[in-house]
Amino acid sequence: MSELNNRVVEKYRNNFLKEVEANVEEGDWVKMCMQCGVCAGSCPLGDAWEHTPQKLFMMIRAGKRDEVLSSDAMWMCTSCYNCIVRCPRELPITHIMHGLAHYAARLGLSPKNQPTQKFAQLFWDNLTKTGRVNELKLGLNLYFMNGFSEGVKKSLEMRSIGQGMFFAKRLNPMEILGGHGVKDQAGFHAMLDKAREIEDAKLDKFGK
Amino acid sequence: MAVQKDIGAYICSGCGLGDRLDCDQLEKVAKSDGRAKLTRQHEFLCSKAGVEMIQADIDAGDVSHIVLGACSRRAKTDAFNFENVVMTRTNLREGVIWVRPDTDEARESTQEMADDYIRMGCAEVKYQDLPAPSQEQGLNRNMLVVGGGITGMTSAIEAAKAGYNVGLVEKAGHLGGTAAALYKRVPERAPYSLPVDNGVDSLATQIQGNPRITVYLNSTVTKTSGAPGRFSVDISTESGDTTTENFGAIVQSSGFEPYDMSQLTEFSPESPDVVDQLGLEALAKEANGGAIKRPSDAKAVESVLFVQCAGQRSEKEGHLSYCSGHCCATSIKQAMYFKQANPDTDTVVMYTDLRTPGAGGEDFYRSAQKQGVIFTKGEVSEVTPGDTGPLVKFNDLILDENVEQNFDLVVLATGMLPNSGVNIDAPAPAEGEEVTETPVSILNLDYRQGKDIPQLVHGFTDSHFICFPYETRRTGIYTAGPVRRPMDIKQAMDDATGAAMKAIQAIENSSKGLAAHPRSGDLSFPSFRKEGCTQCKRCTVECPFGAINEDERGFPQYNEGRCRRCGTCMGACPVRVISFANYSVDSVGQQIKAVDMPDEFEEKPRLLALACENDAYPAMDMAAMNKVEYSAYVRAIPVRCLGSVNTIWITDALNSGYDGIMLLGCQKGENYQCHFVKGSEIAHIRMSKIDDTLSQLQLEKERVGTHEVAITDVERIPQIINEMAETVQKIGMSPFKF
Repeated sequence: MSELNNRVVEKYRNNFLKEVEANVEEGDWVKMCMQCGVCAGSCPLGDAWEHTPQKLFMMIRAGKRDEVLSSDAMWMCTSCYNCIVRCPRELPITHIMHGLAHYAARLGLSPKNQPTQKFAQLFWDNLTKTGRVNELKLGLNLYFMNGFSEGVKKSLEMRSIGQGMFFAKRLNPMEILGGHGVKDQAGFHAMLDKAREIEDAKLDKFGK
Repeated sequence: MAVQKDIGAYICSGCGLGDRLDCDQLEKVAKSDGRAKLTRQHEFLCSKAGVEMIQADIDAGDVSHIVLGACSRRAKTDAFNFENVVMTRTNLREGVIWVRPDTDEARESTQEMADDYIRMGCAEVKYQDLPAPSQEQGLNRNMLVVGGGITGMTSAIEAAKAGYNVGLVEKAGHLGGTAAALYKRVPERAPYSLPVDNGVDSLATQIQGNPRITVYLNSTVTKTSGAPGRFSVDISTESGDTTTENFGAIVQSSGFEPYDMSQLTEFSPESPDVVDQLGLEALAKEANGGAIKRPSDAKAVESVLFVQCAGQRSEKEGHLSYCSGHCCATSIKQAMYFKQANPDTDTVVMYTDLRTPGAGGEDFYRSAQKQGVIFTKGEVSEVTPGDTGPLVKFNDLILDENVEQNFDLVVLATGMLPNSGVNIDAPAPAEGEEVTETPVSILNLDYRQGKDIPQLVHGFTDSHFICFPYETRRTGIYTAGPVRRPMDIKQAMDDATGAAMKAIQAIENSSKGLAAHPRSGDLSFPSFRKEGCTQCKRCTVECPFGAINEDERGFPQYNEGRCRRCGTCMGACPVRVISFANYSVDSVGQQIKAVDMPDEFEEKPRLLALACENDAYPAMDMAAMNKVEYSAYVRAIPVRCLGSVNTIWITDALNSGYDGIMLLGCQKGENYQCHFVKGSEIAHIRMSKIDDTLSQLQLEKERVGTHEVAITDVERIPQIINEMAETVQKIGMSPFKF
């Protein structure tokens, strides 16, 4: 567990609900859940999750900090927005899911080798380099995510699709050399740096 | 017949009646069989011209009794509204042409049906008189309100505002009842976010300044006698001083008692830190906005658990099976007391189903969530006194796990028990059985049937929660507030207004001799022939409304004001001495006999349907509107209630050759729909004994059927009729056709 995590635990002691309210995006909605279970019943991937949103919210109220933050549930959300649309209490459930996932990742508590999380990181790293997604590199990084031999196997498997995209001019092999980007790359990176600075400042309240 | 009865029969040929029926033939039947003095036809009887035609005959003194052969008695009531004339309406449209196919084969039987209805109408009206109001009652614009809580105070204020004088009796030394014990109450106006003042002082001030309201504190009602319009009530103080006052109507708002939490042994009720909701109100009053301190060591409460449905909504022995309706919102309100004093107080409401009825309930719930009250779906199995405070064992129903947790204070949301006095229907204690507690009567009614209002279910006094709220089974006495059904303050105040309105209606109606609900406006009342009475007491026992007392010699003593005009006494009387001016054993019996009975070999059976006018008869009308056909052999007679059916009608009908008899009444039993509460049930009991009559006559049991129907049974009633026709075909014609 990270140093930051220890500081947060120290601050909130055992009031996990308050911690979520203060630090998770849209977290102050969690207390408004009335446990009707419509979100759980509406989720198309509900069976594939460790916990439904209803359960997650209940666990937050019951102070089950470690179980919530190490759950894979919020990583499995596909943002279909069914739950948001149906929630009678109008909780932004999808956003809370992403908020919880992000918070867990920041604290270093998210489950190890969670594929969604891995892909999200690859995507972010790829995107922030030039300000544009390099699809060729992103695809290759994804195939080789779990090692070299598996990457080769996956690449061969996907060869015909790659070729098709190449002939349809949807995939430029020259992108391997760096690829295209936004015009003002320096400005773009300055923006990201500033955002990171703001985000870090938020965490300063827990002390350094 | 002492008075000359001039019968006029008016046949309408509109609405297709003229095309489908031979109206000249109907006139002939009315003249010859019905002995009508004059008969007329009109092509549009309910039109201005048609009505004027009838009115002209009435004005000229040519007719005193009229029979209208047109549509159902339920249709065109505005047009056919004649004064000072006895009227009956035979149902040729909904009762005949609309339920029969328009074919050549059906024409004969359809016409026979219509002929018979005309005969029946003429026979009925011959045995009817114009009802005149009972001289028993007078106008008394004083109202008695028993119970000075929120409900009683509201009733008193509302009645006073409407111009009626009120006597308000309260057994305690101050007004306010249970509400006065509350620190604050659940808000009843937007934004429904925080508890508000309990409101008792403002109502009490209004009452003290109101010249129309007389308050009797430290007093109880020691005797109530009479009837609507002339109740005589003894009001006694604790010291024994009694004043007797007269009232026109009574509102009983005697409130509730909290469930005795000491019965919930699993929750350690003896522990000082386990309290019920009223216990917490006392703590909150003491704190008066500051930190609420727990009773055991006066430590400011840092964590509190509210246990919902404690001893209620449960089938366990000694628990209440019903929901008391207010407790969820009350716990939410009480959790807010803690959050208001200190937002960091850990407040948990543990529920299985959170119910916050009323317009603002959901907003109030949400407001508590915003303030940080935690709502946990769980079931508490045990509370034990721990070292630092009550230790609570519960099952979290969402996370499906058993949890133990310490709290500083536990509040049990227990239920409401109606304060409804003596249960007059309770079986008498057996010989030698020890009577542990005798409930104190609220009204001390001087009625033969018992001291208090009959109870509907779980001790609550009402006659039907949905269909007839406030109406008890004692005319002119209305219940309001939690004595009627579990409710919160807002509902009790609405209830109080409704009951006051009902009481005002009763006062005004009884001054004119008019019946109260459900035959409101009816002038007729039961009277009996004393010479014939055998003092059997059946009428006094069976009257669902306790309208009949007995005199010293055991003769029935009618209190017409208490009567709802259902005729259950008439149905009960074995010697048939009870009758109404326009409804009697004869007025129906003669209709039964008036039907032209074809002989056995004509293969034309005759079926009799005695249909309750409240549900069964309207349902038959609706079947007709939907063009649902049924057998042409049936002859339907509306009755006020199945309870008014005297078994002599069945015997007479069987003797005069009817092949099948159907009694169509309302649902009886626990979820009854009978407008007169017990009528249908009593009829079923009586009819269960009809088998003797049938076996004496050597007739098949299947010839008589008693059915429970609802107003929605538009398809089912025709089915019942047709099945009876088939049954008769199977078992053969009655041998009693002479």
